[in-house]
Amino acid sequence: MSATFKCSAIAGGSASGPALVSDEPICFYLVEPDTGIVIEEGHVLKGKTLAGTVLVAHAGKGSSVVQMDGLYKIAARHKGPVAVILRNPDPVFVSALLVMEISSVYDVDEKFYDFIAGRDGIHISVDASGGLITVEE
Amino acid sequence: MKLTQEQNDMLNGVHGEAVAYSMRIQVGMGRIFGAKRMVPITRAHVALSAQDADVWFVEKMLGMGGKCKIAPTVNPSIDLSYLNQHLAQIPEAGLDIVSRTNEAYKKIGAVLSFNCTPYLQQNVPAFGEVVGFSESSATPYVNSVLGARTNRESSQSALCAAITGLVPEYGLLLDENRRAEILVEVKAKIKDDFDYQLLGWCYPLVHNGPEVPAFLGIDERATPEGFMNFGAQLNTSGAVGLYHVVGITPEAPDERIVFGGKPPKRKVTIGDEELDMVRRKICGGPGKVDFAMFGCPHLTIRQVADIARICEGKKFAVDVWVLTSSLTKELAQRMGLQEIINRSGGHVIADTCIDVPPCWRPYYGGVGVTDSPKCAYYNEIRKIDFKIRPLGVAIESAIAGEVRL
Repeated sequence: MSATFKCSAIAGGSASGPALVSDEPICFYLVEPDTGIVIEEGHVLKGKTLAGTVLVAHAGKGSSVVQMDGLYKIAARHKGPVAVILRNPDPVFVSALLVMEISSVYDVDEKFYDFIAGRDGIHISVDASGGLITVEE
Repeated sequence: MKLTQEQNDMLNGVHGEAVAYSMRIQVGMGRIFGAKRMVPITRAHVALSAQDADVWFVEKMLGMGGKCKIAPTVNPSIDLSYLNQHLAQIPEAGLDIVSRTNEAYKKIGAVLSFNCTPYLQQNVPAFGEVVGFSESSATPYVNSVLGARTNRESSQSALCAAITGLVPEYGLLLDENRRAEILVEVKAKIKDDFDYQLLGWCYPLVHNGPEVPAFLGIDERATPEGFMNFGAQLNTSGAVGLYHVVGITPEAPDERIVFGGKPPKRKVTIGDEELDMVRRKICGGPGKVDFAMFGCPHLTIRQVADIARICEGKKFAVDVWVLTSSLTKELAQRMGLQEIINRSGGHVIADTCIDVPPCWRPYYGGVGVTDSPKCAYYNEIRKIDFKIRPLGVAIESAIAGEVRL
């Protein structure tokens, strides 16, 4: 069984991997560049790695510099997410995804977020260019 | 998005590869945020950081023949020679990345202001002016306090704007998106610049969303430093490109106008209890400190004078770093403030950021005191444990070598 959800592309391309869901805003700077592990105290993702995941992000936070720098550092070491599903796009997060050319989508069918809640690790394929998310059950 | 013939030419490479690349990123952002056209800017500020992504991007742009159409002011880098002389030998890798960054921004045509408070000096937009500003304390200040218009650009998108001289028209550039939707009733007593640090940190914890907030219940106008702190923390704890203070900031003469005649989408309250919660969560307890650091954002001349008044005739027990702009440092010299701070054993350093990794290595793993939650937060990654106190208390702590309360 699989479920599909419509979405729109931020940066094109396609990728797939295990879901990692953050219902809190994320700052890529407080992530260990060599492992992709989130080190922010008190964050819902603390201790989890972003490496190879499809990151389902509620929103971004942090200064106009650090999002991009954090994302660049983990991407350069292949410890970043392979795709990003962004619920609340902001210019800083979006420009970082465009500049880094990471497959990413927004404007996702709201049902997706209920569907994915509490299901870290479930396999997700993101076809940004085609505007489709597929979740394998 | 509808582009003019000239803008289409820019996108299609007629004006060079860097312009085309910048346009592709900006048009992409315009598409995602629903812009209908590109509009000219008259100013830009780029949050230079001398970090990996920064130097990669600006060198990539230079490699494509990039040159700024609108010369942007830039964020701090590092005063290498001062730190070499007074702190520690900067490692090779650090020297390399800083000199490459500075050189690249010089070549691309930036104003090498190396300061994160351009809205107080050197690059101050007027009411209604459309600009492309990055830097977390700058965006809210120019939008909220001055009434200029910018989206919350990243350093990369701001550099694109400087190169094309354009920005996609969406978000905070449009009247309808500048009205408040969240009413924040401030019941806490906001009495000084430090309370704005706490209030700024607190709001995104109380309401976590993209809407514009209006703060109600603040009777007295904040100082420039209070507004500077407020914006910096709002954009560290969260992402707030524009806020209003009812009865004080220019687009909020009263509650009805700031909400565009509509009822607020949500009402929240911030009382003393909420600020105490923030204090408990981030400020740290008493104890010994290894150093003190101020200037995130860069301190103003008034703050430098406050420090000098407190430390005059006393000796600091630990290293004290006062980070400011080159203009403010020059003023501090003229006014004898720098001598006072130097005689106490403290440093006044220009052009430098608390967050340029290689240069503060001697303090990694140590305990510091600062007045800035933003300074503390971005140094978590370097395992520096900062205690956060009001500027005056933090200076007293640096004299005592410990935070007593």
